[in-house]
Amino acid sequence: MPYESAALTDISFDIAKGEFVGIIGHTGSGKSTLIQHLNGLLKPKSGTILIDGTDITDKNITMRDIRRKIGLVFQYPEYQLFEETVHKDVSFGPLNLGLSQEETDQRVKEAIGLVGLDYSEISERSPFELSGGQKRRVAIAGVIAMKPDVLILDEPTAGLDPKAHADILSMVETVHQKEGNSIILVSHNMADIARLADKVLVMERGRLTISGTPSEVFAQADLLESFGLGLPPAAALMRELQAKGIPVSTDILTVEAAEEELYRLLAI
Amino acid sequence: MDNIIRIENLIFNYRREENGEIVNAVNDVSLEIERGSFTAIIGKNGSGKSTLAKNINALLLPSGGAVYVKGYNTMDETKLWDIRQTAGMVFQNPDNQLVSSTVEDDVAFGPENLGIESGEIRRRVDESLYSVNMFEERKKAPHLLSGGQKQRIAIAGVIAMRPECIILDEPTAMLDPHGRYEVMEIVEKLHKEGITIILITHFMEEAARADRVIIMEKGKIALDGTPSDVFKHADQIKAMNLDVPFAVEMADRLRKRGIKVPDKIINTEEMVDYILCRYK
Repeated sequence: MPYESAALTDISFDIAKGEFVGIIGHTGSGKSTLIQHLNGLLKPKSGTILIDGTDITDKNITMRDIRRKIGLVFQYPEYQLFEETVHKDVSFGPLNLGLSQEETDQRVKEAIGLVGLDYSEISERSPFELSGGQKRRVAIAGVIAMKPDVLILDEPTAGLDPKAHADILSMVETVHQKEGNSIILVSHNMADIARLADKVLVMERGRLTISGTPSEVFAQADLLESFGLGLPPAAALMRELQAKGIPVSTDILTVEAAEEELYRLLAI
Repeated sequence: MDNIIRIENLIFNYRREENGEIVNAVNDVSLEIERGSFTAIIGKNGSGKSTLAKNINALLLPSGGAVYVKGYNTMDETKLWDIRQTAGMVFQNPDNQLVSSTVEDDVAFGPENLGIESGEIRRRVDESLYSVNMFEERKKAPHLLSGGQKQRIAIAGVIAMRPECIILDEPTAMLDPHGRYEVMEIVEKLHKEGITIILITHFMEEAARADRVIIMEKGKIALDGTPSDVFKHADQIKAMNLDVPFAVEMADRLRKRGIKVPDKIINTEEMVDYILCRYK
């Protein structure tokens, strides 16, 4: 094959039930390839992927079984909206899982509520007449309605303005809390990852190079920088100050924590 | 003052496809852009900033008022080519901007259409590819590149046209932090070389690097000034559902707790200097 090369090499990790995992890595590091393996879109050359004890790389497994367990929200998911009404669009997944119309309707209502939209106001409208942020919520509702144990979101805030960005993330948090599912969030926004994730996986050249809590991962600033990745702004500021000889804690990842640290330093 | 772009009472209306409702996207905006300046335009989705930008290179034409690019009225069809060559545009999604089967052909597309001789095209293509760090990939097919690489090719394609002004409509929205850094480095480099830059962005740290920041809200200009003049209105900016740069946010939080942080601080560097100065 002319362009063949290993996109992923020797990756092992596990995710606990209900865990919130962040995946970071620059473009082409293998993040998207990795998550496409997790929902069975791509099959590994070797290795296994166990979801709740089931090996999804097994030849006998059906896509439908995988879809029940893993929901993947692609980048710019609103491009995949296609139905005449919001209700029909969100119904597509559950109906394909073989659920009854009644059960589907119930789930659709619930999913649209979970993504922060008003079902009665929006359900019969065309998805195409909604705003960008609303379209994206509808597309995410379509995946949530399948009630996956693991919800994967590939850069769900890409291209959104700051308000829509904040809204989508708080929606992800709500879904995580209410459904008790595991979340895998692929993002370039280090501040978001630091704030939300229990565990962070760092991809580089198709390998999983660092994994750990946000504090553990962002402590390795030099290594991250060599991968073309940065720190959350709060951590970057602290690191800069420490380098200049100011005694500040560098285990600071959020705006709030940085505010406290600087207040302590400056309030005399 | 030498203004490359002059916008006079621009009004832009369009009809919403679904229900025929008339939307007033830009509402009586007047604005001048100085030659060689670097202006960032921010605003939430639907504030009119992209519509404004598309009016500058005649992709959209005014419903009212007028837009002049290097003195040419954008309504003058005979000057369309001059306008587009003066003000090149880079969009958010590079997939919609690449047309050829190899990277270098893609970058050559613009200059070829200008009828430039082949030696000069070769020189411009190589130079443009170097300037976006994509020279090594020149023989590759664009569809094999990552999103960030594609975007850099799109920028190279505009640079190869030697425009006097480049309008970038959220060029980094789809890039990773390193890609964003590289694109911003290129944007600043082009600015230093004398090209007028108009950057539309949702990233406040990028806007803070411009000479001038314009905030659009509901089709009008809400704030306009140097980054420190604009970002000192942190509360007003947040009320418009926008962010402020991290350093501005931090300064604002500390100020609210009684620490007298000067309001000119807009980036981490200045914040570090201030803290160093206070601490000693």
